[in-house]
Parts: sequence; structure tokens; C-alpha cells
Amino acid sequence: MSKLKHEDILQDPDFKDLSRQKFVISIVLTVLELVLYFGFIGLIAFNKPFLAQKLTSGVATTIGIPIAVGTIVFSWVFTGIYIWWANTKYDVLVNKVKEKVGG
Amino acid sequence: MHQTIIGQTNPVAVMFFVLFVLSTLGITYWAAKRTRTTKDFYAAGRSITGFQNGLALAGDYMSAASFLGIAGLVSTKGYDGLIYSVGWLVGWPIIMFLISEPLRNLGKYTFADVVAYRLQQRPIRAAAATGSLVVVITYLIAQMVGAGTLIKLMFGLPFELAIVITGTLMISYVLFGGMIATTWVQIIKAGLLLSGATILVLMTLAKFGFSYGELFGQAEKLYGSKFLEPGGLVTSPIDAFSLGLALMFGTAGLPHILMRFYTVPDAKQARKSVFVATGFIGYFYILTVTIGFGAAVLVGQKVIMGIDAGGNMAGPLLAEVLGGNIFLGFLSAVAFATILAVVSGLTLAGASALSHDLYVGVIRRGVAAEKEEVKVAKMSTVGLGVIAILLGIFFKGQNVAFLVGLTFAIAASANFPALLLSITWKKLTTYGVVWSIYTGVIVATVLIILSPTVWVDIIHKADVVKVQAQIKDIDTAVAGADTQIADLQKQIIPAEALAKLKKKEIVAAENKNKATDAAMTAKKQEKDQLTAKKKDAASQMPKPIFPLKNPGIYSMAAAFLMAFLVSILRPEKAAADKFAGVKVREYLGIGSED
Repeated sequence: MSKLKHEDILQDPDFKDLSRQKFVISIVLTVLELVLYFGFIGLIAFNKPFLAQKLTSGVATTIGIPIAVGTIVFSWVFTGIYIWWANTKYDVLVNKVKEKVGG
Repeated sequence: MHQTIIGQTNPVAVMFFVLFVLSTLGITYWAAKRTRTTKDFYAAGRSITGFQNGLALAGDYMSAASFLGIAGLVSTKGYDGLIYSVGWLVGWPIIMFLISEPLRNLGKYTFADVVAYRLQQRPIRAAAATGSLVVVITYLIAQMVGAGTLIKLMFGLPFELAIVITGTLMISYVLFGGMIATTWVQIIKAGLLLSGATILVLMTLAKFGFSYGELFGQAEKLYGSKFLEPGGLVTSPIDAFSLGLALMFGTAGLPHILMRFYTVPDAKQARKSVFVATGFIGYFYILTVTIGFGAAVLVGQKVIMGIDAGGNMAGPLLAEVLGGNIFLGFLSAVAFATILAVVSGLTLAGASALSHDLYVGVIRRGVAAEKEEVKVAKMSTVGLGVIAILLGIFFKGQNVAFLVGLTFAIAASANFPALLLSITWKKLTTYGVVWSIYTGVIVATVLIILSPTVWVDIIHKADVVKVQAQIKDIDTAVAGADTQIADLQKQIIPAEALAKLKKKEIVAAENKNKATDAAMTAKKQEKDQLTAKKKDAASQMPKPIFPLKNPGIYSMAAAFLMAFLVSILRPEKAAADKFAGVKVREYLGIGSED
């Protein structure tokens, strides 16, 4: 494929839409993951008593336990959200642009 | 107290292990017939499905150190072990969102393919191969030494023999079966490890009526509520942040992980494999943490730490208590298999950096026959394997825990910035990348040498021990002085007693009191001197030159800064012009190899 053709594809409105969407969702999910993990670390560093609270009175389990497990589970859920978006939206756009440029 | 057979040769473990070795060697034989081209050797002919690759990625990542180490940490430190385990997962979503698809669409066999795509091949390949090899070798040493120690603990085999067995099998898989055999070794190992851990957790929970509340309740009864709260693991927020950054972005810079994305046919399967891997790895950490708490309650910290102070045998001990000799044997064999699979993946990644990037990319300037490249890759495999065996034996008995931190710091600082910027930043230049990679490697390495983990705990260990001994001596002396002062205090004749005495006796008694007072003052002075001496001794305690345990925050910042500065100061028009091609291929996958 010639260089000119590459530039043409970049100017295609569908390609622009696709690369913008992919950029936004990647950044949003990355930031969410950073907030999730460093939020957890921040709680440990600055608010240990919060994590040390019991879930309800009379049980041993502390709030910190579901929060830690939740950090693991949500990390996975985020990858699931990305997969769902990529399979339903991204791939459709990719195929559309590919058809247009004859890739 | 629980009687264990851990550390003795266990015929059941040996049997399970031999079974594993035979079946994986069988697979290697089958794979060898299918490994002819470079695409077969490095990328399993791109024939692996997303689900299979997800399992293999999990197999590459779930090391014996995390299986045995995290369970041990949880069983001895409780909640702090759980905190530690979370950090190991959070890099995976980052791989998914930023790296996996562009990596698959732009590259062929190594991440250097992506970085070099629009830049000058030779300097980039040399730098990227350096970054890869440093990461692979530091991680290999850590894994090999861990392997020798764990196998010695579990099977009672001599350290050196354990390392030679591990090294020989690892070389055989990679040398004959390339990526096809390595992938299947990872998949089988992941299956065994996940099912073994699941069974162990089910057996554990059965003891608590399948209630986590009950498990935590009993743990609290035995070890107090502190066991379920964050403790001393995170003391310095900036240190925790720095380690977190290294773990998060280092995962996305591990060559043996990145390489796996070339084994699937397209970007869609690449992203699917991250989803599968993240799910399995997260599930695995939750299992491991459960095993740790279960071992603390059902085996007991005393027994666990009696066998290994680090708690590494918590999982196997729990298996022995719940499932007897047979289950212990099974789990020990699984741990051995785990070690083997991880070192095989690392060796293959190192060999591909040597052959594909250094030999073909740098020495042969990108022109080499397929046969020749496979031959060099195989020679590299043997060379690296032998080096791993030798280094493993050389570092016997050394504290190598810092190497894992160093691996992730270098991966996050040298490999990750280069990879990320090459797919996102148009103005990135060849020398920007080259400077960035070398800066990342050097800054991370130098800072970790100057950090508390190496500078104090390893290099100045003798001084630390000496000062600690001095302080202990002084403390004993101070305690002695205190008892003497208390004794003298008792000898002083109180005023009421004096009043009852005759005049003559009073003078004698007062004189005696004066003498006692004088003795007490002298003792107190002596004590003050000791306290001063203690302060002196404490000031002799070696201090780290760099305060953080993990350099990630500084080494990553330095690498990114260097890439920006060098690229802006010396633009490279040819590279910027080719960025349109990168973008088209990155998003659409047009022209990417199948």
C-alpha cells in the first residue's frame, strides 16, 4: 500500500471515528484501573482503620477483604467491558473501513 | 503437632512428576515434527486459539514463587499477603487496553518488531534486545534459585541436582519443540495448577462449612483481629506507589508475556486471550489467598514457619493435612511443573531476542535465511539454558528476592515506554527510543543497588549484623545497670527507719546512705554513657543511598523523559512520515502477518 493511501485512510471519517473511539475507551479504562488499584493502595497507606472495620458487628471479616478481592474482580470486569466493546462496536467499524479501502 | 514428610523423597510426588515429564516430552516430540520455520519456532505457527493462549499466558505468569510464596505470606502475615497478591494482577488490564492488539497487528515475533517498525532497525533491535535479555536473565536467576530451594524443600533433592534437572528439561522443551511445545507445557501446567488449587480450596472450605466467614472467624480466634487488617506492609506511601507502578506497567513489558501474543492468528484472538488470562490469574490469586488463610488455621503458623521461615511450604502442608501423602505428592509435582513452565517461557523469549533481534536484526542487518535463523535460535536456547543453570548454582543461598522487583522495574522502565510510545507518538525517534531503553535499564539497576533491599540488606549485611549485635550488647548492659540501680535503691535506709535509730547509729546509717547514693549516681552515669554509646552504634547502621525499595517511579519517569527530550531535540522526519502506516496497521490489522 502506498504512503498516499495510508494518509487517505487516516482522513476517512469512519477511520477517524474508530481511532478516536478506541483511544477514548483505552484511556478511560486505563485510568479506571489506575484509580481502582492506587485507590486501594491509598486506603492502605492513609486510612488503615477504614479497612480494619468489621463488615457487620460480630463477624471477623473486615471491609478490607471484599475490597481487595473486589480490586481483583473489577480488574477482570474492566477487561470484559473492553472485550464487549471491541467485539460489538470496534470490529464492525474495522470491517467497514477495511471494505472501503479494500484491505 | 502435625508430622510432615515434606523434605523427604516422596515416591508419590516423584511418580506424578515423572508422569508430567513423560507427557510433556511426548508433546515435545510431537511438536518437534511441526517446528520447521521461524514462525513455528517463535510463534507456534500462529495456530493457538485465544482461549488456549489465555491459559498459556496464565501458565507463563503464575510462578511457583507466587503459588507457594503468596500462600505463605498470607498464612504468616494475614491481610498483608492479600494486599501483595492484588498487585500482581493489575498489570493485565493495562496489557489489554494499551498493548495487546497493536502488538499483534504490528509485530512478528518480538516486541522489538513493533518498536523498530518505522525506526532504524539496527540501533533499535540492539537496545530492545538488551532490555529483553536483562529482564529475562534477572527473572531466570530468581526463578532458578527459587526452583532449587523449593525442590530441595519439597523433594529433598540437592540444590544443584534440582537446578540441573530443571535446566535440562527446560532446554529440551524449547530446543526441540519451540513455541508449540512451550505453549502446551504452559497449558497443561496451568490446568494442573488451577485444578490442584481448586481442589485444595474446596477441601479447605469443606472444613468451614463452605463459609469464608467461618474461616476468617477461626483465623481471628487464633491470631487476633490484626490478622485480618492491613499491617506493616505499606509504611511509606511513595514506596507502595513506586512498587505498584513497576508491577502494573512491568507486566506489560515482560518479553515472555509479550511474545505470546504472536501465537494467535489475529488481534481479536489476542485480546480474547488477555481476558481469559486475567480471569484465570485473578481466580488463582483468590484461591492462593484462601489456601494461605486455610493453612494458618488448619496447619498453624508454628508448624509452617518451623519448616520454612518464609512460609513457602504453607500450601503443601495444607495439602498434606487435608489429602495426605497422595495429595501432597500431586501438589509438589504441580509446583515443580510450574517452575519448569515459567523458565521455559523465559528461555524462549531470551533466545528470540538473541536470534531474531541481535543476530538477524543487528549482525545480519535483517537478511538471513529461515533455516539459519532457526539454527541460531536453537543455539541461543542451549546457551541461555546453560547460563541459567550456572547462574542458578552460582547464586545458591543468596537472597535473590530483589531480582523480581528489579525485573519488573526494568520491564516497566526499558521495554514498556519504548513499546507504548512507538505505537502512540508520531514524533518518536530512533535515538529517543535507544536513549530511553538504556536509561531505563541503567537507572532501575543503579537505584535498586543503592536501595534498602540491596545496599543495606545484602551489600552491608555484615555491618547490619555487627551493629545489631553491638546494640544488643549495650541493651543487656543497660538492663544490668538498671537492676543494680534498683538494688542500690532498696539498700537506702528510709527516713522513718532512721528516726527510730539511736544517735550514734544514725551517723553510721547516714554515711552508709551517702555511699549508696554515690554508687547509684555512678551507675546512672554509666547508664547515660551506655545510652550515648547506643546512639553512636545506631548511627553506624548502614543507610540506603536511595530511600525506596522499588525504583519504578524514578526509572520510569527517567525513561519517558529521555524519550521525549531526545526525540524533540533531534527530530527524525522519516520515522514521523511512516506513522500513518503504523496507525492504519495498528487499528485495522491490514498487512499484519497471519
